[in-house]
Amino acid sequence: MDVPGEIACPCCGEALTSAQIAALRSQLAVEPLELTALPAGSMFIDPHCHMISRTTDDYLAMAAAGVVAVVEPAFWLGQPRTNVGAYIDYLSHIIGFERFRAGQFGIRHYCTVGLNSKEANDEALAEAVMDILPAFAAKEGVLAIGEIGYDDQTALEDRYFRAQIELAKELDLPIMIHTPHRDKKRGTSRTMDVLVEHGFDPARCVIDHNNEETVREVLDQGFWAGFSIYPGTKMGNARMTELVLHYGAAGIILDSACDWGNSDPLAVPKTALMMAARGIPAETIRKVTYDNALAVYGLNGEMKATDWLDAGEIDHGALFAGNSILRAGEVPHIPRRGGGVGNLEIV
Amino acid sequence: MTPLALLTAWVARQADAQGNAWLGERRAALRARPDARMLAIALGLAPRKVGKAALDLSADDLAMAEQVRPGWLPQGLSLDQAARLTLLLEASVADDFPALLKRLLTTSDLAEQIALYRGLPLYPEPARLTLLAVEGLRSAVRGVFESVAHDNPFPAEHFSQEAWNQMLLKALFIGAALAPIVGLDRRWNADLAHMLLDYAAERAAAGRPISPELWRGIGRFADAAHIERLAGLLDSGDALERQAAALALNDAGPSGQARLRADQPEYARMIAANEIGWNAIGNRIKIS
Repeated sequence: MDVPGEIACPCCGEALTSAQIAALRSQLAVEPLELTALPAGSMFIDPHCHMISRTTDDYLAMAAAGVVAVVEPAFWLGQPRTNVGAYIDYLSHIIGFERFRAGQFGIRHYCTVGLNSKEANDEALAEAVMDILPAFAAKEGVLAIGEIGYDDQTALEDRYFRAQIELAKELDLPIMIHTPHRDKKRGTSRTMDVLVEHGFDPARCVIDHNNEETVREVLDQGFWAGFSIYPGTKMGNARMTELVLHYGAAGIILDSACDWGNSDPLAVPKTALMMAARGIPAETIRKVTYDNALAVYGLNGEMKATDWLDAGEIDHGALFAGNSILRAGEVPHIPRRGGGVGNLEIV
Repeated sequence: MTPLALLTAWVARQADAQGNAWLGERRAALRARPDARMLAIALGLAPRKVGKAALDLSADDLAMAEQVRPGWLPQGLSLDQAARLTLLLEASVADDFPALLKRLLTTSDLAEQIALYRGLPLYPEPARLTLLAVEGLRSAVRGVFESVAHDNPFPAEHFSQEAWNQMLLKALFIGAALAPIVGLDRRWNADLAHMLLDYAAERAAAGRPISPELWRGIGRFADAAHIERLAGLLDSGDALERQAAALALNDAGPSGQARLRADQPEYARMIAANEIGWNAIGNRIKIS
């Protein structure tokens, strides 16, 4: 028996309604899709993944399903940080060890950096983070400022959102927007209004976590519309497929937003399969699962298709901080990209 | 001529006009006001702006480097590293440059750390940066460790014997070569020889291999027991170990040399003919 309020959304902390829990269960019941049906050589970019909280099994499964690159946006940790040192270590981690870890599975890892809207409400912390953020924003492999925007839509959130728009302009970086879970439609409109007010080019900005209620306005204003295929709470594969049937590929970007909660690191390839089953053309699928993400997150030149197309053998012996993620003598089996995944278990 | 002028010329002839313009403008801004935020951003952007190719250095360039800063070994620098060093050198006029570097290190990625440490021989008032250099050696990232330890005259010039000895032991421990350490043969000491022998015993007890370069620190402090040990290695080791044992015996004065001639006259001949040597062994280790 699913009791409303018993399960909290791991992303926003809000209690899931019984309808949301039921949707989640029905979605899980129809999975896994047969990823073996993916055409050999299929390639996907998942432009919103919190890999820091995912396991090596996830990396293996993503590599097998054809995910060639992931973008890790800076966010909170499910609980607030208590000091700027924790923030520095987190940002160092996602530009450093997590990138190395992904590389061990043949996946290129990039990130976006920013002060998230939840922690913007801790003024002392926020001020200190704004002080160290520029140093991280200019780093190699950093594609954008993000994920930033509103959570409760407070005055402090507004102040630091605006400051970070200016930082993105100063450093010529795109922006990844986290739209609020509560009062979402108005919050999304307000986010775009502020971006426009600051003269930020919508073609350099992804508004993420869209749904049926927000997508029209986002696309009409010329922003990229991200959809997080996050079972139960944000957007399911079947709904996503309907949206692509309706809107086509222009401006639409799929991601898994996989993190520490009930989320699916294979959401992008699985949705691609579902779209193919519904007769959506391969070219459209490729746009929403690869090309569009590359177009906007490649704007500062730090993410290029050659990064994975021309990549050599994976150097499993490479050490980071004295640690290989492999145990002594171990060589992980990386299945061939796409197709041919054989009896790979997706759990 | 200064190291900064040399680096400037090397970057200028390889980077494109846009990259050079960007770097020149950032450097001028830092010269006017060595601001931490501005410096951190410029360091981060440098690879994107000027490129990451290897710096093309001729024999004349290297000779010039030796002339303007004896002991400086710029070979192996990349274009972005050289550009980063010009930015750091401009900012070295800051009131508290060590504090500025320390702050940079808290937010720098590995490539930035490596560039920063490769600049150690070039910064003003270097003695105040010794602790920072030692901190770099504590890194568990081999590339960062080697940016301080290898091809860098700073440790031999500024490290206490304790810090020097720790650097040598750690190099062996993480499998970094000893040969590229500048000033190696000037700073061997009895205390280090003692630690090296303890370490060798520990490795042997665990059935683990011992770097042939370890014996480079033993020969000149070898007593009769050590000479026995080295003579044993002459027969039992692999090719590099045998060469190392022969070289160590040769370093061990008349008694070691006599033992080498008696046991392995061919090695004695090869050493005299310069056919084997410590640096050649070190280079083999560096490659493997």
